[in-house]
Amino acid sequence: MRAVVLVRPKAGILDPQGEAVETSLKHLGFAVGEARVGKVIDLELTAEDEAAARAAIERMCEQLLANPLIESYEIEVAATE
Amino acid sequence: MTEPRIGVVVFPGSQDDRDAAWALGALGAEPVMVWHADEELPALDAVLLPGGFSYGDYLRCGAIARFSPAMRAVTAFAADGGLVLGICNGFQILCEAGLLPGVLRPNESLQFICRDVTLIVEQAETPFTGRCRAGQELVIPVKHGEGAYHRSPDLSDEQIVVRYAAGDNPNGSEDDIAGVSNEDGNVFGLMPHPEHAVDPLLGPADGALILASLVDSARERLYARA
Repeated sequence: MRAVVLVRPKAGILDPQGEAVETSLKHLGFAVGEARVGKVIDLELTAEDEAAARAAIERMCEQLLANPLIESYEIEVAATE
Repeated sequence: MTEPRIGVVVFPGSQDDRDAAWALGALGAEPVMVWHADEELPALDAVLLPGGFSYGDYLRCGAIARFSPAMRAVTAFAADGGLVLGICNGFQILCEAGLLPGVLRPNESLQFICRDVTLIVEQAETPFTGRCRAGQELVIPVKHGEGAYHRSPDLSDEQIVVRYAAGDNPNGSEDDIAGVSNEDGNVFGLMPHPEHAVDPLLGPADGALILASLVDSARERLYARA
């Protein structure tokens, strides 16, 4: 089974990387508003079904993949063929 | 047998372990190097987590190091009331491990900063600041890319041990916080490097006050153990 975990700086948390990206895009002439920079973690895992995979990934996020003080996460489990 | 034994944990990617060991030795302690894969600590009166880039700082600074076997032993040591000092990457590891509140984020400027900063001692009654006066100014270098302290809601003001002097906050830390302790006061972490400010030959020597305070406290533990 494959899954994607998106880790983002929480709303209200200062994101200097996002600010730098936003400024650079504006310098290039793009009409952008706020930019925020997070992480993508592509995962391959074995689980009985989607619910079990999701539960396992939630534990991974709480224990390692995200720091709950400053980051939020979103889990996308790919549909099995 | 009056030299307290202070462990210096060496992770893959630690870089200030030898400076820390040298400084502890110069200040009257016996440094004991502890390898990150060691599951048990030898008999120690205190533990120091040095600066560097443990495990390449992958994912987040300190996030991987906290799972090393030595860190499990350090967590048990701290739970027993043992003295633990984390410097720079050591501070980041202690925050990720939940031994200290809060987290260190990339510097506001996104630049790696390496320079002397002036600190204000907020708490002089801790095992790590016994040789300082409350309000005393200490000049100690910082060198980090990710040192912006973000408070957790449960941090009380009494746990803020050192702040950057007004106007000298190098990294965007909230409330100018440079170092915090846990609630019990036996675990302390700070971003500046006291081990790089011990010998006056190399510049400011105020870091010796912090490390000598730790050596004093570790010596008291040694006497209590004897």
